[in-house]
Amino acid sequence: MSGFQYVVLIPIIPFLMFLLIGLVGHKMKPALAGLIGTTGLFISTVLSYITAYQYFFVSGKVNGVYEKIIAFNTVWLQLTDKLHIDLGVLIDPISVMMLVVITTVSLMVHIYSNGYMKGERGFQRFFAFLGLFSFSMLGLVLATNIFQMYIFWELVGVSSFLLISFYYDKPSAVAAGKKAFIVTRFADLGFLVGILLLSYYTNTFDFVSLTTPGCPAIVQAAGITFMGISVVTLALVLIFMGGAGKSAMFPLHIWLPDAMEGPTPVSALIHAATMVVAGVYLVARLFPIFALTAPSALTIVAYVGGFTSLFAAVIACTQNDIKRVLAYSTMSQIGYMMLALGVSGYGGEDGLGFMASNFHLFTHAMFKALLFLGAGSIIHAVHSNLMTEMGGLRKYLPITHITFLIACLTIAGVPFLSGFFSKDEILTAAYHHDKILFFVEYAVAGLTAFYMFRLYFNVFWGEDRHYHHTPHESPLIMTLPLMFLAFASIFAGYLPFSELVTSDGAGFESHLEMPIAAASVGIGLLGIFVAWVMYKKPSGAPVKMATTFKHLYKWSYNKFYMDEVYLFVTKKIIFNNISKPVAWFDRHVVDATMNGFAWAANYASFNIRDLQSGQLQKYAFVFISGVVVLVLSFVYFFMN
Amino acid sequence: MGILSFLVLIPTLTIIAILFTNDKKQARLVSAIGTGVQLILAGVLVWMYLTERSAGNTAQMLFTQDIMWYPTFNIHYAVGVDGISVAMIALTAVVLFAGIFASWEVEFLNREFFISLILLSSGVFGFFISLDLFTMFLFYELAVIPMYLLIGIWGTGPKEYSAMKLTLMLMGGSAFLLVGILGIYMNSAAAGQPLTFNLIEIAKISIPIEAQRFFFPLTFIGFGVLGALFPLHTWSPDGHASAPTAVSMLHAGVLMKLGGYGCFRVAMYLMPEAAHEMAWIFIILTTISVVYGAYGAIVQKDLKYINAYSSVSHCGLVIFALLMMNKTAMDGAILQMISHGLMTALFFALIGMIYGRTHTRNIYEMGGLMKVIPFLSVVYVIAGLASLGLPGLSGFVAEMTVFVGAFQHADTFHRVATIIVTTSIVVTAVYILRVVGILLLGPIKNEEFNHFKDAKWFEKLSTITLLLMIAAIGLAPLWLSNMIQHSLIPIIQKLAVTTGI
Repeated sequence: MSGFQYVVLIPIIPFLMFLLIGLVGHKMKPALAGLIGTTGLFISTVLSYITAYQYFFVSGKVNGVYEKIIAFNTVWLQLTDKLHIDLGVLIDPISVMMLVVITTVSLMVHIYSNGYMKGERGFQRFFAFLGLFSFSMLGLVLATNIFQMYIFWELVGVSSFLLISFYYDKPSAVAAGKKAFIVTRFADLGFLVGILLLSYYTNTFDFVSLTTPGCPAIVQAAGITFMGISVVTLALVLIFMGGAGKSAMFPLHIWLPDAMEGPTPVSALIHAATMVVAGVYLVARLFPIFALTAPSALTIVAYVGGFTSLFAAVIACTQNDIKRVLAYSTMSQIGYMMLALGVSGYGGEDGLGFMASNFHLFTHAMFKALLFLGAGSIIHAVHSNLMTEMGGLRKYLPITHITFLIACLTIAGVPFLSGFFSKDEILTAAYHHDKILFFVEYAVAGLTAFYMFRLYFNVFWGEDRHYHHTPHESPLIMTLPLMFLAFASIFAGYLPFSELVTSDGAGFESHLEMPIAAASVGIGLLGIFVAWVMYKKPSGAPVKMATTFKHLYKWSYNKFYMDEVYLFVTKKIIFNNISKPVAWFDRHVVDATMNGFAWAANYASFNIRDLQSGQLQKYAFVFISGVVVLVLSFVYFFMN
Repeated sequence: MGILSFLVLIPTLTIIAILFTNDKKQARLVSAIGTGVQLILAGVLVWMYLTERSAGNTAQMLFTQDIMWYPTFNIHYAVGVDGISVAMIALTAVVLFAGIFASWEVEFLNREFFISLILLSSGVFGFFISLDLFTMFLFYELAVIPMYLLIGIWGTGPKEYSAMKLTLMLMGGSAFLLVGILGIYMNSAAAGQPLTFNLIEIAKISIPIEAQRFFFPLTFIGFGVLGALFPLHTWSPDGHASAPTAVSMLHAGVLMKLGGYGCFRVAMYLMPEAAHEMAWIFIILTTISVVYGAYGAIVQKDLKYINAYSSVSHCGLVIFALLMMNKTAMDGAILQMISHGLMTALFFALIGMIYGRTHTRNIYEMGGLMKVIPFLSVVYVIAGLASLGLPGLSGFVAEMTVFVGAFQHADTFHRVATIIVTTSIVVTAVYILRVVGILLLGPIKNEEFNHFKDAKWFEKLSTITLLLMIAAIGLAPLWLSNMIQHSLIPIIQKLAVTTGI
C-alpha cells in the first residue's frame, strides 16, 4: 500500500460541505454556514500539507526520482473493451504542488469571504459553490486519467459559471457567466475531440501509461498521420485548445475580463490562482508526450503563450477597472507559464522551462490571489471598481496598502521576492530556446512592472477623491489572509523547486544566470520608475502619452475589439444567420410540406365525396359508365 | 403468471378502480397508488433481473412466457425481457409516477384524464415486454391512440390541430411499420417451420436480402417517426406545445423511446444486412437532426418549443448512435434514451409548473423566477445542466458513451459525422443557458410574480423523483451500463456475423 489513501478525502470534504450547505444551508445562520465551509477546507488544507510533506520529504522519492503513485483508482464507466473511465487519485510532484496551491488559496478565500460577503443575500449559497469549486478543482488535479480530468474540467467550468453569475439579478453578471461557460465549452469541444482521437489510437485514457517516456501506444500512434500531421500532434493541439480556453489564451480569452463580474474572492480563487491555470496544468500533465513526440505542438503552446502575455500586458496598461487590470495581468502571467512549458525540453536541466512554469504557477497563485483579495479590500472600502474613483488610499487602508505593495513588487520581479526567482527561470529557459520569445517576455516584464505600479500609484497615492464615507480598513478576518499571502509571496521563492518539481521527477541544480537576472531587474525597475513619474502625482504625462500613441491607446483601451468580434460571431452569425433560418426552414419548409400532404388529402377527399351524393340516378349513371368502359377495355385487350 | 404480465395487469386494474371512484381526490389517489405499485414492481423487476444474471442465467430473455393467441397466423402473447427492456420499463414507471403527481391538480374530466394516461402507459409497458411482433405492434397502437384524446381534450392552444397532426403523422408511421412487420412475417419461416412473429425465432434465421432492402426502410422509418427522425419530426414541437404536462412528460419521456427501441430491436436486429447497407442515409439524417434541433432551439420563445427542439436533437443522437452499430455506441444510445427520457420529463414537468403560475410560456414575458420560486428554478437549472451534459448527471454519461463509441469508426464519413455531432455540446450549452438566463435569472419581470408560491408537496415529489434518477445514473453509471452492454451482445453478434464488421 502506498499510504496515501487519505488523499481521497481532500476533494471529498469540500464536496460534502457543498452538499451540506447546499441542501440545508438556507436553514442555517449565515455565520454557521461560513464556519462549516471554512472548517472543512481547513481540514483539506492540513491534509494537503501532510501529503506534500510525506510525498516530497518522506516516501515519494525512489532512487532519486519522484514516482507517480496511484493512491486509489476505480472503474467508473466501462466504454469499449479496452477503454474505461476511472476515478482515482494520482500523486506526483505537480499534483501535490497543485493540492497545496488550491487548498491554500481556497482556504484564504474562504476565510476572507466570511468578512467580504457578510450580509450579502445568498451568503450560504456562496459557500456551497466555493465547496463545489474546490472539490472540482482538486478532483481535476488528482485525475488518474484524461477522461477524469475532463469530467472535473466540466465541473470546474460550471462552478465558475455559478460563481460568476452569483449576483444573478444583475444582467451583466448573468451575461458574463454565460459567456464564460460558452466560450470555455467551445474550447472543451476541442479538448473532447482531442481525447477521443488520442484514446482511439492509444486505447487508453490512463495518464501513467500515456506519459511514460517511450510509451509503445504513443510511439505507434505517432507514426499514423492524417493529412501529413501525426495524429498525436493533432490530438495534442486539440487538447491544448481546451487548455487555452480555461487558461484564457488568445483568442479564447474574451470571457476572463467579463468574469470579473463575480464577487472579488471568486476572482481571486478561480480567475487568478486556480482554475485559469488548469490549462497550464493540463499541458504539464501531458508534458512527456508534448516534448518527446509532438514538439511542434509544444511550439504552438509557446507562441500562443508568448503572444497572449504581450497582448494582455498591452491592454492592462490602459484599463481603468482595477479588477480588469488584474484580469489582463493574470492572462499575461499565464501566458508566461505556457511559454515556459513551450520552450522546455524533457529531463534534467533541459526541463528548466517545465520547472520554471510550475514554479511561476505556484508563486503567481500566491501574489495574484493577494492582489485580488487586496483589490476586494479596496472595493469594499470605496464601493467602486474604477481607478478614477480612487486615490490616496494608503492612509486609510494601511494593511491593504502594505500587502498590495508587496504583491506589486513581487509581480514586478524585484529581487529576492518570489516572483523574481520564478520569472527569472522562465526568462533563462526562453533565452536558451528561442530569442524572439525571450525578447517578447523581456518586454512584458517591463510592461508588467509599469501597469502594476500605474495601478498602485493611482489607488494608493495621488489625490483623495470624494468618498461617500471615509474609507476604512477591512476587518481582521479579511486582512489576515492578506498578511498570510504576503508572507507566502515573499518567501515562496526560496522553495527548492528544481529539486522537487521537474519534468522527469529527478532533481537538478538550478542557478541564476546573472546577466539575464540583472537585465530583467533593470527593466522591471524601469517600468516602476516610469509609472512613478507618470502617476505618483497627477500630471499631464498620461494624457500626453495617450495622444502620442493615439491608435495604440485606442485599440488597447478597447481591448483590440475582441469583444466586438465575439458579438459578431454569436449574434450575427450563429443567432441571425444560422439559428433563425433553421427555425424558419423547419416551420415553413419541413412542416409546411407535412401540412401540404394533409391539405392535399383533405382537398382530394373533399372533391371525391361528390361521388357519394346519395342520388340513385347518379349512382346508376356511374355504374353503367363503368360497365361500358370495362367492356370496351376487355374487348380491346382480349379480342386482338 | 409471470412478473411481466403484472406490468400490464396493474395499469388495467388501476383503470378499472378509477372507474369506481367518485371524485377528483379519489381518482388521483387511486392513480397514485396504482402507479406507485407499478414503480415498486419495476424496481423489483430490476432487482430480480440482476439476481438472475448474477446467478449465472445467460439466456437472452428472462422471465419468458408464451401463450398462443391466434393460431391461424401463429400470433402469440410472448413476453420476456433483457437488460435493455428492463431499463426501459423502469424508466417508464418512473416517468409515469412523476407524471401522475405533476397532474395532481387537473380539474377538467379528471377521472377520464387519468384513465387515458394510464391506458397509454399500459401500451408502453406491453410494448417493452413483447417478443411477438404482432402483440408489440398492438401495444404500440394502444400507446399512440389515447394521445389523440389527451391532447385534443386536455390540451392548450391549437389543440385540435396539434392532436390531429401528431396522431396522423404517427399513424402514417404505423402504416409503414405494419407493412414492414408483415414483410418480416412473410419471410420469417425457418426451413420446415411455419411463419412466425416471434422476434427471437426470426433472429435465428436470415431474411433474404432483397426482402430486407424493401422492408428495412419501412420498419425503420415507421419507428423513426416516433423517434423524431428528421424530417419527420414536426409533429413534435406542435404536439408537445399543446399537450398537457403529464402527456408531454410521457410522450417525450417514454413514447419517443418506443421509436428508438423499435429501430434496433426490430428493424436492425432482424434485418442487419439492410441496416448496414442503408445506415449511411440515416446517419446523414440523424446528424442533421442533432445539429438542426439544437440550432432550432436557440431562437424559440416558447419553453415547450425549446424543449421539443432539444428533444429532436437528443433523440437524433439516439438513432445516430444506434447506426454506429458497435457495442459502445449502442450502449450509449440506450443510455441516452433513458437519460433523455428522465431529463425531458423533468423539463416538461417544470414547464407545466411554471406555466401554472405565470400563465405564459413565452420566455420574454418572464424573468427573475429564481427569486420567487427558488425550488423550481434550481431544479430547472439542474435539469438544464443535465441536458447540456454536465458530469455527475445522466446526460454526460450517455453522450460520452455515444461519442467514444461513434469514434471507433476510423473512416472519414463516420469521423466527420461524429465530429459534427459532438459540436452539439456547445450549441446545447447556448440554448440552455439562454433560457436559464432569461427565464430564471435577471431582475423580476412582472410585479405579480412576487405573489407566487414555490413548489407544493406533490410538485416536489414529482421533480425530486426524476432528479434522483438523473443523479443516480450520472454518479454511478456502471451497473446500468453493464446491464445494457450484456444484453447487447446477441444483437451485436448478429450484426457482426451478417455484416462482417
